Amino acid sequence: MKRDLRYFAWLRERIGTGHESIETEAATVADLIEELRQRDEAYAFAFSDTAAIRAALDQDLVELDTPLGDAREVAFFPPMTGG
Amino acid sequence: METVRVQSDLFDMGAELNAFAAAMAKKNAGAVVSFSGLTRDIATGDLDAMEIEHYPGMTEKALAKIRDEAIERFKLSDAMILHRHGRMEPGEPIMMVVTAARHRADAFQGAEFLMDYLKSRAPFWKKEITAQGAKWVAARDEDEDALSRW
Repeated sequence: MKRDLRYFAWLRERIGTGHESIETEAATVADLIEELRQRDEAYAFAFSDTAAIRAALDQDLVELDTPLGDAREVAFFPPMTGG
Repeated sequence: METVRVQSDLFDMGAELNAFAAAMAKKNAGAVVSFSGLTRDIATGDLDAMEIEHYPGMTEKALAKIRDEAIERFKLSDAMILHRHGRMEPGEPIMMVVTAARHRADAFQGAEFLMDYLKSRAPFWKKEITAQGAKWVAARDEDEDALSRW
């Protein structure tokens, strides 16, 4: 299935882009992370510490074991530091 | 009055508070509480600027949800969240929340609730710019732990 991926903050910097569209058969957010990690060194570095990764499906924060379902947009980012 | 605003422009804390309070008089609210966060030098003492990245779309959605929950839990007459993104200088306001309620305890608690959730549930990321380079601000465990009291 085609998914739009978004990256923010140091994840975006490590990967080198803030946005890309990919075809993936990954079932859950964690599966997708594992798939991306296999791509190359930049992705492996960006996703090296899963505890430091937060994810959102169609702009709602989710746990990493959440099924991707029919989400169009999957976003990855570090823990938030607003306020 | 827009009750959730995400903008890069500097804002006037006093003017925002006055406008909010004036609107509250009509809602029979007896208490108005505001909190403003300023750009401060967190780590080294040589901060040139702060840059805040956010996730357009999700930011507004997350803030609206946090605001709705605060209004319901603390029976607020109203609540406003204003948060900047982009580059800001030391001493400039980053964000402010304002709450109104019939009584002060709810207004204070509502503002604290908004701040606790805003810090770790709204998609903003701070980056400190110093003469030595740029560094992403790390999230603090205390900020995540603060949510457990609600």
